[in-house]
Amino acid sequence: MIRSERGHGAKATERIAFGLLALATFLVVAPVIYIVVFILVNGSGSISWEFLTQAPRHRGLEGGIFPAIVGTFYLMIGTLLFALPVGVFSAIYLTEYARRNWLTRLINLSIVNLAGVPSIVFGLFGLGLFVLAMRSGSSLLAASLTLACQALAMIITTSREALMAVPRSYREGSLALGATKWQTVLHVVLPQAMPGIITGTVLATSRAIGETAPILAVGAAFLLPSLPSSPLDQFMALPYHLYIVATQVPGMPERTMWGTALVLLVVVLSFNTMAMVVRWRFRQRRV
Amino acid sequence: MVIFSGEIERIPAVPAPEKIKLRTSGVNLFYGTFQALRNISIEIPAQAITAIIGPSGCGKTSFLRLFNRMNDLIHNARVEGSVELDDMPIYDQNTDVVELRKRVGMVFQKPNPFPMSVFDNVAFGPRRHGKDNRKELEEIVERSLHRAALLDEVKDKIHESALSLSGGQQQRLCIARVLAVDPEVILMDEPCSALDPVATLKIEDLMRALSENYTIVIVTHNMQQAARVSDMAAFLMMADDKTGELVEYGPTNRVFTNPKDPRTESYITGRFG
Repeated sequence: MIRSERGHGAKATERIAFGLLALATFLVVAPVIYIVVFILVNGSGSISWEFLTQAPRHRGLEGGIFPAIVGTFYLMIGTLLFALPVGVFSAIYLTEYARRNWLTRLINLSIVNLAGVPSIVFGLFGLGLFVLAMRSGSSLLAASLTLACQALAMIITTSREALMAVPRSYREGSLALGATKWQTVLHVVLPQAMPGIITGTVLATSRAIGETAPILAVGAAFLLPSLPSSPLDQFMALPYHLYIVATQVPGMPERTMWGTALVLLVVVLSFNTMAMVVRWRFRQRRV
Repeated sequence: MVIFSGEIERIPAVPAPEKIKLRTSGVNLFYGTFQALRNISIEIPAQAITAIIGPSGCGKTSFLRLFNRMNDLIHNARVEGSVELDDMPIYDQNTDVVELRKRVGMVFQKPNPFPMSVFDNVAFGPRRHGKDNRKELEEIVERSLHRAALLDEVKDKIHESALSLSGGQQQRLCIARVLAVDPEVILMDEPCSALDPVATLKIEDLMRALSENYTIVIVTHNMQQAARVSDMAAFLMMADDKTGELVEYGPTNRVFTNPKDPRTESYITGRFG
């Protein structure tokens, strides 16, 4: 009697546990689906050829968001240009070359903590260092460097993990054949770690280009008559433009806001998808 | 002593090679404060197979890795005494480790082909050393695979993944990869421990054939294997402080049939280890 009751209790507990876990998963997934569907439904109405290819007119009340799309695209390239080499090289240095001592432990700790720094702090840091001290002015260059700083922490951390996951036996096999350390890194370790590095880099970059706060102070403009013609020009960017049209312009039609949000979402998601394709191609090529 | 019957009578193809290829004198190896090897002096003849035997943890692998300085990779590793290749000190400050490892190749315990094609695996060493002529590389790859007795089995899948080969084939591929660099010495760290008996015999035949041209040093757990393939045998054992010491060294025949040290006898007759 007692035993059967206990058995019954265990089953009930099992059901409750299962229910709680499923509920938690649902709570995570549901808002994502809701947001995507909501933005799709509300934003798709305003998507037109004109919206995607025209500059905004009348403070954004009319026209499109073309300069913001281009600006975000430039930012993505600029951020990648700075963050990828610096991030991957420092990850290689820290994993393959640096000795394990208190200094490298401190550096690793700092990098992990860098990821936790609020984005507005990065923005002010960029304003102080790049815009003012380095006199690059409010510009694409300053914004790219600022976003690169923000993306670096995550790029280094994920790259290090990818490098450390490469089996030691590959390194030893290569070194024992008389390959130098750099040859070993270049021809054995890096190709193995590449899919992980690419994924980490793209996720970090796409998160960075979705940010508004860091670029507020370093060059994002409300409205620009023309596209930036050099890295030292100011620029428009989708997240900042979205913030402007959603809060700063009275009488802005709602569908313009949703349309801008939808474009931002599509840009970021397609960038992530591209990363998945590249990663998949790497896996295929790697026999 | 059934295990030594037959094979032990085998006379080496090269009669009593005189030339000493590798020499250690009074070598101590430390990992931090732990001493892994103590006062080891040994002379390894050229163009012969020398087997390092001994119980687990006695420092056989550490000893083997002295000769291509693979212990350098271990943080805090420190070597005292002298290790020489053709009378050239290996642990000299001026020694080019890359050059040394070209002359002293290594085959590992677990087959570790790179996740590349068979061709790229074998061509890896030559490419790193500056050979990029396709035709020349093809020749090297074919010759190396042939010498490693693997060519017939893989000639149709030379551009397929090395990871699709069987364990025994992978290990022979690793040997081919070493041969492609054209070394003088081949170090083998229990090369058959992950293989089945048939694959093991193939590797052993291969070692016999290779010993005509190369100096081979093999670490093995397997007494029969040492008796079957080696010309010289070194017996290592750990002292009470866990430090490895050389107990006995001599022609395999003599060490196995007439060991001088009672510890060697106990070990090879299977009383411990």
